[in-house]
Amino acid sequence: MSLLNLIKIALKALQRNKLRAFLTMLGIIIGVGSVIVMIAIGQGSKQSIHDQLSNMGTNMITVQPASNLAGGVRIAGASFQTLTIKDIVALKANAEYITEISPGVTARGQAINGALNWPTQMAGASPEYLDIRKLSLRDGVPFSNNDVITSAKVCLIGHTVVDNLFPNGENPIGKVIRFGNIPFQIIGVLAPKGFNAFGQDQDDILVAPYTTVQKRILATIYYTGIYASATNEQATDAAVNEMTQILRQSHRLTATEDNDFTVRTQQELIATLSSTSSLLTVLLTVVAGISLVIGGIGIMNIMYVSVTERTKEIGLRMSIGARGRDILMQFLMEAVIISITGGIIGVLLGFVATQIVTMTLKWPTIISESSVVLSFVVCAMTGIFFGYYPAQKASKLDPIEALRYE
Amino acid sequence: MSKNILEIRDLKRDFVMGSETVHALNGVSFDVSAGDFITIMGSSGSGKTTLLNILGCLDKPTAGSYLLDGVDVKKLSRDELANLRNRKIGFVFQAYNLLPRTTAIENVELPLLYNKAINSAERRERAMRALEAVKLSDRFDHTPSQLSGGQQQRVAIARALVNEPVMILADEATGNLDSRTSYEIMALVQELNSQQGKTIVFVTHEPDIASFSDRTIQLHDGHVQKDILNEHKRSATEVLAALPPKDSV
Repeated sequence: MSLLNLIKIALKALQRNKLRAFLTMLGIIIGVGSVIVMIAIGQGSKQSIHDQLSNMGTNMITVQPASNLAGGVRIAGASFQTLTIKDIVALKANAEYITEISPGVTARGQAINGALNWPTQMAGASPEYLDIRKLSLRDGVPFSNNDVITSAKVCLIGHTVVDNLFPNGENPIGKVIRFGNIPFQIIGVLAPKGFNAFGQDQDDILVAPYTTVQKRILATIYYTGIYASATNEQATDAAVNEMTQILRQSHRLTATEDNDFTVRTQQELIATLSSTSSLLTVLLTVVAGISLVIGGIGIMNIMYVSVTERTKEIGLRMSIGARGRDILMQFLMEAVIISITGGIIGVLLGFVATQIVTMTLKWPTIISESSVVLSFVVCAMTGIFFGYYPAQKASKLDPIEALRYE
Repeated sequence: MSKNILEIRDLKRDFVMGSETVHALNGVSFDVSAGDFITIMGSSGSGKTTLLNILGCLDKPTAGSYLLDGVDVKKLSRDELANLRNRKIGFVFQAYNLLPRTTAIENVELPLLYNKAINSAERRERAMRALEAVKLSDRFDHTPSQLSGGQQQRVAIARALVNEPVMILADEATGNLDSRTSYEIMALVQELNSQQGKTIVFVTHEPDIASFSDRTIQLHDGHVQKDILNEHKRSATEVLAALPPKDSV
């Protein structure tokens, strides 16, 4: 029997019981639809994390003191004091792949404006920091190198801090607030950045010259980190190698000693986060895959009933010349048509449902081609797999018995 | 002498039921030549159905030989038997066995779907011709539920004709019909036999029906009890004409 005839026979058989065919399809439709929606949500959140990090500057490189052994005990890196002005000077003098560099020190404390106060952190940095972190000012001016040299008591203020210290909408520019015991004059307001992927409020910050934070607040000569920009995103790896070499020299490390600092790029961060959301995608896919399997079992169930119910038809077809193989192929084809049609409807449903999710829940979603192809292939396989057994049962029937079946 | 379509020699069919062996057919021999119209009669348990299954290539004999149009059925595989049924035999069943919710013409086309050599245009044309032969071409798009019993059986006969078989094998084909419709069907069968020269093997238990055929083979306990030529073959058309008009029934 030719394939065309086979498809024709199977289609006609399905047409004779449209409702049952549709109900069988429903399992596959929901299965495929949910695979697509789930993967779209997973991919969407992955992309949004990536976008958020790009907004932070994907060519940003951070150096932090490394964790190290102290008498056999591992000490957290941040408490180490290895980064100093010497490193900045060395990097500025020798690095080719980095364009801008800023030391970083952070201090936690209470920001106070009259009777109002707010716990926040102050980042000490050089003027380049704004560029490196892709921060911009909504109002006012940034501090200058001169402010750094003089350890000026000026600061830039984040939006959340403004909201809490100036709740009545006064212009904070020019006002003096206290951070700890030190009065700072506000010279600029940072444009809001919102929350980052970790759920941290990026606007809950004060930025001041690093010298001011070091000398007037922390009384230290060390940095808690160094921020730099690579010339572009592709050069980050080269920049990392270069910085590592320069810092090793600057710290006079011998070849056998471990680095006493770590250099991180945002790409690593992106990879870490992507793998987290990949895990999410896998999880969602597994859930959706289970529904696809259940859909397949639905097909098998209906095909079984169908074979029993149509025993007489099978007997007739055999008596007029259908071979066992023809019967097998017919029932298999019916299962495949059900699953492929269900697959197509499921894909469409997936697209629609994804749009609905995006519109109503405002979740970012991305429909990837691979998820469409994958779910489609899986559902066709499901059809063949679950359709085979009942079809084989049908093909093995004895025509005499089948004809007499009531 | 015309060619033999069926050659049956000492045909035996045993069924093993637990420890007992049942001899359903116990040495049956006869020939049917092309253009014959024979009826096979017998009471229940006479081996009628078993013989029919073997004649229809649905079953194989335990012993003896069965040549259908020169082909020794005993040597064929399951698939080859299916092919033989497709090309050489037209079945007509007691319960019509039409596919439900399927139009008459699609039902008639069915055997041709299993014949690769025939394309869809030819299939439709031959199905239409078969329906014309049973005078139902105007009902080609009706489904079985829209047809009367007699019409359904005529569709089934068209389905048996469509593959141009060497033999039409009817199993109690009038069993579900009233006598008037039975005669109509028999008139059609006689017409196919006399005008188109179709070989017809008609299994029945009604002597009334058997009287329309050329020859009757009577089975009893797995043997041929009688094999007689009907000297007084009746014409179903005449019998029909002799019946009181439909309205008065």
